[in-house]
Amino acid sequence: MSRIIRFIILDILKNRIVLVYTILLAAFAWSAFSLEDNSSKGTLTLLNIILLIVPLVSILFSTIYIYNSVEFIELLVSQPIKRNKIWISLFVGLSLSFVIAFLMGVGIPLFVFADTNIAIMMTTIGCIITLVFIAIAFLSSILSRDKAKGIGISISLWLYFALLFDGLVLFLLFQLAEYPIEKMMVFLTATSPIDLARILILLQLDVSALMGYTGAIFKDYFGSTLGLLVAFLLLLIWVIVPFLFSLKIFKNKDL
Amino acid sequence: MIEIKGISKRFGKLLVLNKVTLKCIRGECIALIGPNGCGKTTLIKSILGMVLPDDGEILFKGKSIKQDFVYRSEIGYMPQIGRYPENMTIGQVIEMIKNIRQHKGSYDEILYHQFILPEMLNKRMSTLSGGTRQKVSAVLAFLFNPDVLILDEPTAGLDPLATEALKDKIIAEKQKGRLIIITSHQLSELDDLISQIVFMNEGQIVFHKTVDALKEETGELRISKAITKILKSRMV
Repeated sequence: MSRIIRFIILDILKNRIVLVYTILLAAFAWSAFSLEDNSSKGTLTLLNIILLIVPLVSILFSTIYIYNSVEFIELLVSQPIKRNKIWISLFVGLSLSFVIAFLMGVGIPLFVFADTNIAIMMTTIGCIITLVFIAIAFLSSILSRDKAKGIGISISLWLYFALLFDGLVLFLLFQLAEYPIEKMMVFLTATSPIDLARILILLQLDVSALMGYTGAIFKDYFGSTLGLLVAFLLLLIWVIVPFLFSLKIFKNKDL
Repeated sequence: MIEIKGISKRFGKLLVLNKVTLKCIRGECIALIGPNGCGKTTLIKSILGMVLPDDGEILFKGKSIKQDFVYRSEIGYMPQIGRYPENMTIGQVIEMIKNIRQHKGSYDEILYHQFILPEMLNKRMSTLSGGTRQKVSAVLAFLFNPDVLILDEPTAGLDPLATEALKDKIIAEKQKGRLIIITSHQLSELDDLISQIVFMNEGQIVFHKTVDALKEETGELRISKAITKILKSRMV
């Protein structure tokens, strides 16, 4: 399996997009910290990068990469290799490349400028968010043979999680303001990985004013430590479930 | 060696394979023929585990291939349209497959040298002509001395010289007692290669006969004529 992973990582490196991504992230991160006079403002700028750009690049690149690997996958399937191995290697290869890119681009400046606790938290969350959106990319690209459709599904999912979801929550909040909907809000939050990530980081930063409605309820409902754990677990489920689902489809797919 | 027991496959509404049963024995060279879209490639892909049949089972050396993958190390497969990672060179593709298969014995590099591939190792797959791709596919199929060779339209797109080299190679392998399965539309090319014929139509096997029996039945000396004669008599 490690041999296939090596091939994939070398192939991704040859592509250079991941290198450009690393450099861009680093440029954003270093300038965010050096332009602001205190580091917590820089951290908040980085938070927006983690919540918007990292998911977008991860999901788009992965989707396109999987579609472009169709030939590679077909070639391997006729060889004596387990199908599971091919799909998992592809996932590990993509994940490793993007996690390393994130650590180099955002992780290093975070540890240089921000508090260690916050730096640890933000890099961990950034890595998990990367994995979540790569896993979602695997699912959306196995659902359709058509490349344009698959990329469309990926972009729509990103739009939904990154932008539309908050609007939806606000809309529900105003419409149902007279009812006790706190529990439902907590449940709703669990259905969006980006919201979960935001809550996790903001609980750590302790800036409740910026937390938004769902975050406030989350903190109130779970208390800091338990809320943290639950949100973490939910995020991991967001990595595992889409990927296992795509793996199941891939195992029974006709090539 | 390969036993196919009543496999069926449906793509949407289309029934591509309809309860196909077939036995392939070591040392035979079997031609799989039939009109376009009759299910030849699907049958081959089912043997390779690339297409998973809805029904029935396939045995390789007596063991079911379901959930198995090791058996594929004994098969050399040459696809109809070889699809390779476009940004890799010929050399990298061959190296990668060698690396992945972890083959223990010696490599069979006869075709590799006959097709003069060593001079083209640095060419990217995306720049190759259809014929050169076929050559790469052929080299990969024969490289690991497999017991079974599955060749899907092997000579389509090859120049006459390469076709001859490939045919000689197939005959040599047949004499070593390997099982060879070929699909082809050019019946005239098969004459001196094959020992059995399987004729498929609309997902079913119409007949499975040895070449000698076929020639005797029809009184023809050439396979192509014998088959056209049979088809005509069936139409009437």
